[in-house]
Amino acid sequence: MLRPAPLSRRSHITPTGLGLVLLALLPLAFLVVFFALPVGGMLLRGLRPEGTWDLSAVPEVLGRARTLRVVIFTVSMAGAGTVLSLLLGVPLAHVLYRLAFPGRGLVRAVVVMPFVLPTVVVGVMFRSLLAPSGLLGWLGLDGHWVVILAAFVFFNLAVVVRTVGGMWEGLDRRAEESAAALGARPWQVWRTVTLPALAPALISAGTLVFLFCSTAFGVVLTLGGLRYGTVETEIYLLTTQFLDLQGAAVLSLLQLGAVVMMLAVAARTRTRREQALQRGGARSAPRPVRRSDLPVLLVAGAVVALVLLPVSSLVVRSLQAGGGWSLRHYTALADPDASQALRVSVTTAMENSLRTAVDATVIAMVLGVSVAVLVSRRPRRAGARRLVALLDGAFMLPLGISAVTVGFGFLITLDRPPLDLRTSPVLVPIAQAMVALPLVVRTLAPVLRSVDPRLRQAAAALGANPLRAAWTVEAPVLVRPLLAATGFAFAVSLGEFGATAFLARPDRPTVPVVIYELISRPGADNLGMALAAATLLSLVTVTVMGLVERLRVHAVGAF
Amino acid sequence: MDRSIRAHTALSATVLLALAACSTGGGSGEESEQEPATGDGAATSEPAGGTAEAGGEVVLVTHDSFTLPDELIEGFSQQTGYELTVQTVGDAGALVNQLVLTQDSPIGDVAFGVDNTFASRAANEGVFAPYSPELPEGAEQHALAGEGAEVLTPVDFGDVCVNIDDTWFAEEGIDPPATLQDLTDPTYDGLFVTPGASTSSPGLAFLLATIGEFGEDGWQDYWRELMANGTKVTSGWTDAYTVDFTAGGGDGDRPIVLSYASSPPFTIPEDGGEPTTSALLETCFRQVEYAGVLEGAANPEGGQALVDYLLTDEVQAAIPNAMYVFPVAEDVELPEVWSRWAKVAEDPITVDPDEVEANREEWVREWADIATG
Repeated sequence: MLRPAPLSRRSHITPTGLGLVLLALLPLAFLVVFFALPVGGMLLRGLRPEGTWDLSAVPEVLGRARTLRVVIFTVSMAGAGTVLSLLLGVPLAHVLYRLAFPGRGLVRAVVVMPFVLPTVVVGVMFRSLLAPSGLLGWLGLDGHWVVILAAFVFFNLAVVVRTVGGMWEGLDRRAEESAAALGARPWQVWRTVTLPALAPALISAGTLVFLFCSTAFGVVLTLGGLRYGTVETEIYLLTTQFLDLQGAAVLSLLQLGAVVMMLAVAARTRTRREQALQRGGARSAPRPVRRSDLPVLLVAGAVVALVLLPVSSLVVRSLQAGGGWSLRHYTALADPDASQALRVSVTTAMENSLRTAVDATVIAMVLGVSVAVLVSRRPRRAGARRLVALLDGAFMLPLGISAVTVGFGFLITLDRPPLDLRTSPVLVPIAQAMVALPLVVRTLAPVLRSVDPRLRQAAAALGANPLRAAWTVEAPVLVRPLLAATGFAFAVSLGEFGATAFLARPDRPTVPVVIYELISRPGADNLGMALAAATLLSLVTVTVMGLVERLRVHAVGAF
Repeated sequence: MDRSIRAHTALSATVLLALAACSTGGGSGEESEQEPATGDGAATSEPAGGTAEAGGEVVLVTHDSFTLPDELIEGFSQQTGYELTVQTVGDAGALVNQLVLTQDSPIGDVAFGVDNTFASRAANEGVFAPYSPELPEGAEQHALAGEGAEVLTPVDFGDVCVNIDDTWFAEEGIDPPATLQDLTDPTYDGLFVTPGASTSSPGLAFLLATIGEFGEDGWQDYWRELMANGTKVTSGWTDAYTVDFTAGGGDGDRPIVLSYASSPPFTIPEDGGEPTTSALLETCFRQVEYAGVLEGAANPEGGQALVDYLLTDEVQAAIPNAMYVFPVAEDVELPEVWSRWAKVAEDPITVDPDEVEANREEWVREWADIATG
């Protein structure tokens, strides 16, 4: 299908270009049908209610003192959450991906656990620790915004550690070693060699964390005790409680504008930092721990403790029943009649979760790899470059837009044949894949961009067709990030609640949905089972991700 | 290099095969082989079970607290020949708003779970088609007034009431509160926790209870006093009950919580005996849940059959254990723990549904300023 790329750079659409356009079609179709259409539908309902434009709400909503307050709170909390996650995540990524020590795999797994815990469970665990009667009650922080920030870090640490770590572990150590040999102090080596090399990954991770934080919803309400409102909580309130679609549309537009602006700044910063990186197979291997690593180890240890405290209190409580230690809540997970709140056993729900996650992961990876390849190309013409940048941003948008808007939008736009998908079970994995897609892209794109394009050109000059050139040059560096992204997509799908609860059929619930049902009913056993189910979900996720990462050993050996 | 590509391709192929074996598609096939009569797959093109010749599928749209035992869901298709598919769409408020938004092409035939705080919105917007079946004994008192009665049928009700930890009050030697007014008494300073009206359905019910009790102009002062008396507001029922309440499974420090009249039976100790908590029956707001056939339903006859079915003795009798609320049919026997320990308010506080609809947004905003400002 594809021929060797001609060397002329004047031709308008080269076969490579055509291939890339074809590659873009599927992801774009997905984005249009499952994101642009629903969101557009909701915006139109709000701003064009009776078939005529009614923009009277725009100045009114924007002029409210509350709107300003909410916007400032959202942006500053998301910004602080991003900076803090990066500050704490980078030392941890260094320890987990650059140093060799026993138990490293286990710590990597622990760091990922929070990522899939349902918000409602995390809310209960955080509040149990911080309520006046809790272990950390003496801090007096229950309901304080600092706790919301801590939860942001708790959830998003995995994003930073994995995105940055994935880049870091492939870096050739020689550049750093040369700098050190030339007399640079460790700090100088870090600032002049390591940091620039990591910058694209850092910005990628920061972008993701910012989007996650700015659309966080359950955490803000639960941990803030309703005292704090974000743009996201306002949209939820206006849409689901007041049916004020005008107000919701204005806030959604505001959200959209802010996200687009943030993405533009991130893209600009990232592009300036991108560079071709030397990658060394054996020379990138982690080194043993040295005495000089102590400070970074201390920071990493403290961060792991922050993660462990709520996680271990969750595990401990799931193992308690009737005033003593017991596995009762775990044995109940396999029993369909264990709780009146459930129609199926938790293990059946786990099966549903895993099946859905497989589908979602496949969708997210197929789309994600296409998008990552696309956005990592740097066409010579400015127009084409802008188009690529635009695409890159477009696929990040779903993370920055309210799930309520998208969910309600599904109902009012995907309601007629051939797209009457509202009650179709395929929507669940698709919705989960849309959430996982940005993570996949952001894990792969920085790595692909760091591949020297001259290598591809050299392969082409030696007679390889574009596909073959890409495969030979890019596949080897991509194996690790690809596996990491797969694991991540799987985890996103397993933990996804917002869209799933909205779309899943009650006879086939996933584990987060079941946990929510259990924890919303009275009874110590329901609570115990919910906590046990959350622990199980976390362990299954960590195990699957561990297995996926193990695949790399054989895969890397092949190259 | 060629060898490595082949090795990699082989690996990918293996992984792909493994994936194909365990996707959603694979699951749906297996499941329908195992339990052909659950109604699973009715939304897809799979052939319906053997009893379906009477009329195909009925889709029930409901909120996420809806559950019924599988036997009853199968029972519906056995009795009527329709296959029942259940579609859940968020909480009670989200349910009504989705019904309003999708009324041009409804997502189902019947909606269940519209409660009396949202009923007016649904009825006024013309979401429902007229259908008023004969009600079982005792259900009439829960019916809506006016036009609402022609489209919505009461199915169950629950009282949202202040609950107290009797053990705590006995140990501390303090007389427990009994009324809403008592909660502002300094004796109970810092002891009450409630979910918020803006984010929680029982929270909204409690706000309405205070509006019904103290009047449209009096509730604001009551709430100011309540907040001044150290009341804690949480986002949802879950964390009020399981984190802050002293008897909700966690080790909270507040012995007074907003919950349901049906909550106390869940605090019966494992070795039996009495519940350690009780509901204050003078503080209750009654939530009634309704079902109705949707305007523009694809299968209106099937929808009517489902509304009838929800009122049968067998469904009514299963409601308490499945959904933690009371059936509207009086002569249905309650589960034993319920008839002993779950009391119903004799004279619950009420607010006219039309009033609620007209003022909800303003009230909730005003409430938010006072309670979460």
